[in-house]
Amino acid sequence: MTTPSPTLNAPLSKAPLAPTRFADAAPLVEVANLKVVARGEDGREFPIVKDVSFSVKRGEVVALIGESGSGKTTIALSVMGYARSGCRIAGGRVRLGDCEVTALSESGLADLRGRRVAYIAQSAAAAFNPSRTIMAQVIESALIHKTATKAEAEVKARALFTALALPDPDGVGDRYPHQVSGGQLQRLLAAMALITDPELVIFDEPTTALDVTTQIEVLKAFKAVVRDRDTTGLYVSHDLAVVAQVADRIVVLRDGAIREVGATGQIIEAPRDDYTRSLIAAAEPQPRAAAPLRETPAPLLEVTNLSAGYGGLNADGMPHFPILDAVGFRIQRGSTLGVIGESGCGKSTLARVVAGLMPAARGAVTLDGRPLPPTIAGRSREDLRRIQIVFQMADTALNPAHSVSKALSRPLTFYHGLTGAVLDRRVFELLDLVKLPRGLADRKPGELSGGQKQRINLARALAAEPDLILCDEVTSALDTVVAAAVLDLLVELRRDLGVSYMFISHDLKTVRAICDDIMVLYAGRKVQAGSREAMAEPPSHPYADLLTASVPEMRMGWLEGAGAHASNFIDPADKTKGGKLFSRSGCAFYPRCPLGIAGTCDRERPPLRVTPQGSEIACHRSDADLMSLTAR
Amino acid sequence: MTHHETPPPALAEAPPAGGPSTDSLSAPSSRRHLSFPKIGVVGMLGAMIVLFWLVMALFGNQFAPYDVGEILDADVFEPMSRLYPFGTDYLGRDILSRVLAGTRQTVGIALIATSLAALGGALGGLAAAVTGGWFDALLSRTLDALVSIPSKMFGLILVAAFGSSIPALILTLAVIYLPGCYRLVRAVAVNVAALDFVLVARARGEGKFHIMTREVLPNIVGPVLADFGLRFVYVVLLLSSLSFLGLGVQPPDADWGSLVRENIGGLPYGAPAVIMPALAIASLTIGVNMLIDSLFGRSLRRKGAA
Repeated sequence: MTTPSPTLNAPLSKAPLAPTRFADAAPLVEVANLKVVARGEDGREFPIVKDVSFSVKRGEVVALIGESGSGKTTIALSVMGYARSGCRIAGGRVRLGDCEVTALSESGLADLRGRRVAYIAQSAAAAFNPSRTIMAQVIESALIHKTATKAEAEVKARALFTALALPDPDGVGDRYPHQVSGGQLQRLLAAMALITDPELVIFDEPTTALDVTTQIEVLKAFKAVVRDRDTTGLYVSHDLAVVAQVADRIVVLRDGAIREVGATGQIIEAPRDDYTRSLIAAAEPQPRAAAPLRETPAPLLEVTNLSAGYGGLNADGMPHFPILDAVGFRIQRGSTLGVIGESGCGKSTLARVVAGLMPAARGAVTLDGRPLPPTIAGRSREDLRRIQIVFQMADTALNPAHSVSKALSRPLTFYHGLTGAVLDRRVFELLDLVKLPRGLADRKPGELSGGQKQRINLARALAAEPDLILCDEVTSALDTVVAAAVLDLLVELRRDLGVSYMFISHDLKTVRAICDDIMVLYAGRKVQAGSREAMAEPPSHPYADLLTASVPEMRMGWLEGAGAHASNFIDPADKTKGGKLFSRSGCAFYPRCPLGIAGTCDRERPPLRVTPQGSEIACHRSDADLMSLTAR
Repeated sequence: MTHHETPPPALAEAPPAGGPSTDSLSAPSSRRHLSFPKIGVVGMLGAMIVLFWLVMALFGNQFAPYDVGEILDADVFEPMSRLYPFGTDYLGRDILSRVLAGTRQTVGIALIATSLAALGGALGGLAAAVTGGWFDALLSRTLDALVSIPSKMFGLILVAAFGSSIPALILTLAVIYLPGCYRLVRAVAVNVAALDFVLVARARGEGKFHIMTREVLPNIVGPVLADFGLRFVYVVLLLSSLSFLGLGVQPPDADWGSLVRENIGGLPYGAPAVIMPALAIASLTIGVNMLIDSLFGRSLRRKGAA
């Protein structure tokens, strides 16, 4: 975004207002007593949306918020007259303007969808056809509904690309979906939805799959087009902080029923319903008590100068596709290190190298002062026992064919040789430890909820009685309330068992809540590291600063305030400032850095230095320069 | 993946994880018993047909009204009669007795050959999927080379070279169908082997055989068994066609394919001698398919929808 579009520079003064603004407008969408049922495997129908009524006025953005299973997407889809396979709209009515959606025939619905109601899906990557150009797909619905000729539609698409602050609005349409970044693709999906000037746009978790730094750009673009076109929107999300930025009113859902409806300000500042309060509490994780520091001479895990990647090694012993570049850190016994960075920064690779799943190209991993062999084959069973790994996707990390007790028994037998009654007792103890009922022992993973699966995952790691657990985004796939409970459990286990964690996450809030030390990775390099307290103080590395500024805060108007700050940073996919994302010689963050010094930052690798606050920063700029960035 | 709003129905009502364990002392529930998949009417019919032929393969001789090789009547290609329910063949022998005796040959040979092919293919496919690298490449290319030879031609060559004994026949059929089993097992196993729980097992330090048989195999049993059923049918058909060409089971024994060949001369007269063994082949193949489809088709579909 070298030349920010006028839309973005315009004062974003129209913060969500009180509903009085729309008092005179007739409701565009009216949902009355909507009931949706789903058919179970046994053929019986059970309700998933129970008697839901709400309305959306013209020009208003209403958010549907709730956890998984709350029926928010189902409700949004039924506004288009659509029910997913196995589901059916069983009662109530949906009216859009003068049209009774629930009474429409298939062809009537086909005319409605894409023309009067448009849908923006969560995963833009899955919503685009990889074998056609972006332009062809963006204008497709205009051609199907014959609202414009091809030439007119293309002109309009380019105007939308500009309005959505996409770089190179004239050329981006000729590219294929894989040639643009995830955040850009999400904005292109919005262009696709808006091409027919629909009366209503449904946003279904459009930023959930994005990095925070990308999310902020997408949110700003969405907000600008919604305002400029006076679009009516239905915004589905689980994230209250995001919704607070874009919605005028919020509908809080749980188990298919409405818990509370209110203006955005009222919901986030003075929630009336207990459930809304618990949602808000979970969205703002409170720092958990730090581990009591045990002064031990040697750290539990020490990683020095670690480099790893894919492809063969080149002449100077580095892989052709480096993922990690000279990363080093220590984890003290009983403490937690948080590793944070955006997707692709190498955080998961780091966990894999430590676990021995991927050999390092260079550098050493030492456990209790003893160097660990680089691969699993070289490590002893005892080495393997002491480091356990827990993955993000609880669904794929548990073998669907094994019952819970089988999953937990295996490490007990494998590492500790337990059998018979002792084994059974230990399995039950592990279930108690992760606060699951013992009755779950005979269930298969398919019969467990997401949070339960993640607890079983954790219990399996604990079965080995490890010293260190590598947690790879363990709470990212969970609902906020469930995630908060899992975080509490992690903290409790650390207190009771003295286990250490390496906690990998893209979510700064989570990392701040439970970690003693934090390390920020960018493009495989450590850019900043230090204790939680030191990291909270300026100066901080420009990237760490961007990360902090990008985390949505639960107050209205945050987007406008943060917007000015985050706009200093350059979109990673917009490489107008030149240089590869992973430039070996200079600073990796240089292409996006507002403080980059040409001639220095792009040539020389920034040295690690220690700030007066006690954190390490890899930057050429002085502390004072960095302070000025934060203060801005 | 992260925020789908359609939890399986059983979980929609489940309390949010982390609730205090109220029933923590309850003994393991009765869920441990094996639940048989519901197979429906079509599946039941298929199961009955298959069961019928399996019983015939084992005890068919008991039910045969006449001796297999005994020439009973001077009149050949007789129609169905009270005396000879399926008529007589080109030598005047009782066809019912011969079909019953042939069941053992056809079902037995096909079952053993298919089992050998499936076992070899599954072991190879699992090993290739779990090991990967050059081992996978070498094994895959070798078996690809085997696939490139047309199966009937290959069968003809092997039978011509080693003669037509029953063990040779079984081995020939097994070798012909092994690469197909291997391909299928490898294809499904590669997907499973890339999942996180296999990575967890590797990180735990588990050996290859454990990963192959305990982690991967249970998750691919459905497609592998479905493939077993299909391949069994192919083996029956290939065995029948080899016999029809005179390269399969040799006289005086006769499997269903040889019965069709022997009595092909009766076809112009509409003799049951040629139709009955052909119907036997058809009923077995259709029965196996009906059973397999209802066993795994449904569960696979359910998995796909989830």
